[in-house]
Parts: sequence; C-alpha cells; structure tokens
Amino acid sequence: MQVIKTVTLDYRQYLTGEEIAAIEHEVSIMETREAAGIEALKLVQEHRGWVSDDSLLAISQLLDIPMAQLEGVATFYNLIYRQPVGRYVIHICNSISCHLTGYQDVLASIKEHLGIDYGQTTEDGLFTLLSNACLGGCDKSPVMMIGKEHYYQLTPEKAIAILNGLSQNVAVSQESAEALELEND
Amino acid sequence: MTSLPRPLTHLVNCQQPLSINEYQARGGYQGASKAIHDYSPQQVLKIVQDSGLKGRGGAGFPTGMKWSFVPMFEPGDENAPDNKYLVCNADEMEPGTFKDRLLLEGVPHQLVEAMIIAAYTIGANKAYIFLRGEYHLAARRLQQAIEEAYQEKWLGTDIQGSGYQLDLYLHTSAGRYICGEETALINALEGKRANPRAKPPFPQVSGLFGKPTIVNNVETLSNLPHILKNGVDWYLQLSPDSDAGTKIYGACGRVNSPGLWELPMGATIREVLYDHAGGLADGLKLKGLLPGGASTDFLLPEHLDTPMDYDSIAKAGSRLGTGGLIVLDDQNCPVAMVLNLLQFFAQESCGWCTPCRDGTPWAVEVLTRIERGQGSPEDLDTLARLCDFMWIGKTHCALAPGAVEPLKSALKYFHDEFEQHIDQGCCPYGHSAKGGH
Repeated sequence: MQVIKTVTLDYRQYLTGEEIAAIEHEVSIMETREAAGIEALKLVQEHRGWVSDDSLLAISQLLDIPMAQLEGVATFYNLIYRQPVGRYVIHICNSISCHLTGYQDVLASIKEHLGIDYGQTTEDGLFTLLSNACLGGCDKSPVMMIGKEHYYQLTPEKAIAILNGLSQNVAVSQESAEALELEND
Repeated sequence: MTSLPRPLTHLVNCQQPLSINEYQARGGYQGASKAIHDYSPQQVLKIVQDSGLKGRGGAGFPTGMKWSFVPMFEPGDENAPDNKYLVCNADEMEPGTFKDRLLLEGVPHQLVEAMIIAAYTIGANKAYIFLRGEYHLAARRLQQAIEEAYQEKWLGTDIQGSGYQLDLYLHTSAGRYICGEETALINALEGKRANPRAKPPFPQVSGLFGKPTIVNNVETLSNLPHILKNGVDWYLQLSPDSDAGTKIYGACGRVNSPGLWELPMGATIREVLYDHAGGLADGLKLKGLLPGGASTDFLLPEHLDTPMDYDSIAKAGSRLGTGGLIVLDDQNCPVAMVLNLLQFFAQESCGWCTPCRDGTPWAVEVLTRIERGQGSPEDLDTLARLCDFMWIGKTHCALAPGAVEPLKSALKYFHDEFEQHIDQGCCPYGHSAKGGH
C-alpha cells in the first residue's frame, strides 16, 4: 500500500517580526483573531505594497482564518490590492460631485498621459490607476487620492503636474502642485 | 447671521485641531463630566430622549429611542452580557456628503467626549470608531485625541474618579460604501465581508460579537456634549423647527461657494443654496437637486422654500438624508447624472440579494443606452419596473431602495429629457461620450 505523505508548510515565518507584532497588537484590541484579519491585510500591504498569495496564506495561518474565507474578505474591500500595483496608486473619485464638476476631463488626460486604463500599471511600475467612490471632498471637486494624499480642485493640467512631480520623485503637496501649475501656465 | 449658535462647529479648526487642554479650556469635557458624575445612565437616556435628537447619518431615527432598546442590568445580574459596545459610524461615503469629515478633522475631542457620554448611557465599556480608510488625516488626528484622552484619564479605568471604565479604539476600514449600513459595519468590524445582516435580531440586542451594540453617526454623537452641558431647554430653543438642534448642511455641484454650514434645523433649501452656497455658478440655472446625498429623491426649484427637516423634506417627496445638497444645473444632463449615481450603487452593491446585485447593473445598462442615444421607449418601462423590483421590502437592506430614489424621481421630473434622448438619438446636452467609467 502506498502511503502519501503531506506536509503543511508553516507560512507564518513569511511575515516579518514587525508585521507579526503589529497584527498581534490589533488582535489585542479586537475580541477575536478573525476580527484582526482586515487590519492584518492592510498592515502587510502597507509594508509590501500589495497582498500576494504568500502573504494571504501567512495571515490565514497566523490568525487561524480559513484561506478561502480570508480571500473572500481580501477581494471584497477595494483598498486591499490582490495584484501588484505601482509605487503610486491613483484613486480618482468618480462620484456625483466630481461628475458634475468635470472629473471626466481629468481622467481622460491622466489616462492619455500615462497610457493606461483603469486597473493597469505603467510599464515603469510607477503608477496604477483606479477609481474610488466619493472621497468626501465634494466642496473642492474634482478630487483624487494618491497614497495618503488628497488632491483637490483638479484640472487636467494640475493633475498632470502632480503626476510629473511624483515621477521626478518629488513629494508633491497641494501647495506645490498649485505652484507647479502656475509654472506651467 | 453670525450670532446663531453653532455648537457642533464653533470649535472646529481644520488647520490644527484643539489639543485636549485647549479643548477643556473652551468648555470641552464638561458634558461628559456631568454625565458620569451627576447622572445615572437612565437619567442621561431621559435627557437625550427629551432633547428629540434624531440620527444624522441619514435615517433620522430618534437617538434616545434607539438607545432604549439596549437591555440594561442591575450590577451582579447573572443574565448580564460580559460586554456591550458603542460604535461610531465614521464611514462617511454617501456621495455628495462631507460633513463628518469636518468634525473628525476639525474637532476630534468633541467626538471622544460624545462617545464617553453615549457609552456610559448604554453601559458599554468598549467602543470603536469605524473610520473609512480614505480619511487619513482624520485617522491621525483621532488617534492623537484618543491618546491624549487616555493620558488625561478621560479614557481607561476609573474615568475622572467616577468608577466608570471605557476603552476607545480607532478602526480604519478598507473601503466599500456598504460598510455604512450598521449591520454590515458590524460584520466588517468582526473581520468579515461587509454583507448586511438580517434583522431581527437588532444590533441593540445582538450586534458586535453577538453582544448589545449601538451604532451612531459622527454628527449625531457630536450633539451629546452640548445637550448634556447646556440642557434640554437650551437644545430645544436652538431651532424654531419641530425637529430639534442644529444641522450641518452642505452644498456641492456647480454652485458659487460649495461648502458646509451649521444652521438651526429647518433652514430652507433656498437659504442653504443661495444665502450660503452663493447660488449657481455664472450662467447656470437650477434644474433640480438631491437634498441629502445620492440616495434621496430629486427636488425641483419649486421646492426651494421647503425647510430642511425630516418631515418637511419627506412631505416634499424626498428625504433629508445627510443634509448635503447635490445641485444639478441646467447644463448638466439629468440622465448622465442618474447614470453616474446608478453606476455608484451598482459598484457598491455587496451582491448578497438578487434584486440589488442584478437590478442595479441592469439599470446602468439601460441608462447607458439611453444616454448614448440608443434607447427605446420600452427602456423607460423597464426602468420603472426595476424601481418596483428594488424597492423597500424586496431587498436585503436599504442600498437598492436608495438607488431607486434618484432614479424614480428623475423618471418623474425629467421625463421630457429622457424622451428627448430617445427621440433625438443622442444626448441633447452633448456630453454623452464622456459619461461613465
């Protein structure tokens, strides 16, 4: 009789000590290990840019959440990236205030400038373009979010200036974006 | 105009919010102090019930009544649950709504104080702020405020020597509009997919981790410190309206000065749109508006003198919702606007129930056809039927009925525009090619 041996790999070591400590801190705040799952996905993404299959399996083992269930959670929430993304992820708001104030022109110019559509990443790995539901900047629309920064009252020219600033590895704040825009005028 | 009391926003500073010492020096934490030192939870409940405060998240349910459904126990009662929870719903994602962000970024200690009052009243020792993931600045400021409150003994064990204990945690979300639905929010906090739960049981009885739970909106909670500090009579005289207190109204779209204004409850649409938002931008006329976010029915220029309170807006055929006006001007296409709204709802449907999962994309498909000038008269019948299929009672939660509200009212008020698209075979506003994703 042939015996089939199976081995369960311990994937937890895939995570760094820093990541595990941060996840365990979240567990201490919540009542169950399962409840820390979403925060764990966000934490790993914060360190690695996205959530790979390896990361997912490691979190699943660490928090004792079935892999399929965690995958269901990871793919439900739009701020969890299950594919590699660029260094800067552009979330352009496509909700109603931005619609009424003309985000469409901003979007078209970004797509043309970067040569990518929604869900795609530029070849140099710098930018990924995604849409986002209302970013809550409706009094200063159109709005986009790149990383943790929000950019307001966008025009096609201002948006391109912001992207150019980022690709030159300049941290662009709202003020410097306005300055850049002025330079371009 | 400047003399009107603005209790919720008068301490707002968006550049640099008040530290806990500054906030206390301006009268902060006096409401919470009164609650935990001078009153029993039952007395606070009575005060909030008498104040007439209604939920500011969109539904307008009386806050005191919501709290009263939480089971209360005498000390030592063996039936008492080992915990109850207070959750602040800071998942502001209703399109056209940005009022909670002002409070979160501008005066975070007001929310911390409010949560102490609410948690004390329902007997919760643990509370969470469920903040949408995109509000990064609010997250930093709230975390700072929570840490300061722990240092100054406004959180933790034995708050200010009262014997009351409360731990407060900030939880940032990972996206999705449906998390704003309170039972979906509870699932998200438990680390699950944010599908709404069947009710009953209601969260007040069995919510987070199966324990009694109250979920309140940011603006709702932010009223509490002022009600406790100044009393019910003061609160009731803030507004001449049948609804109590103030409301943070907003306006967006192509108006001269989009923004937010805290006004006595019952300010008219005209006051908000013309006195505060400065009316429509140059050369534009008012075509219609949504009075309180994406999931409310359109109103028309003839409704401008309607007071923005729960009953008056309902009588006019819509809902107060979040109180944020979304203004449609005469050079933006109403069909394209409705298409944008339905695209939002289709994208944000959690997919749990069929009418919503299939109905919202179906409506998008039909509206896209009409907007591109490829629609037929039968398409209007299809949309009307979809409004029935997705209405209250036929869906798992309020998302799809929320999508129906702008759609159904647009079919009623902008019927001619829909027919023009079909008859002329194009969008008469000429921007159909740009619409959509």
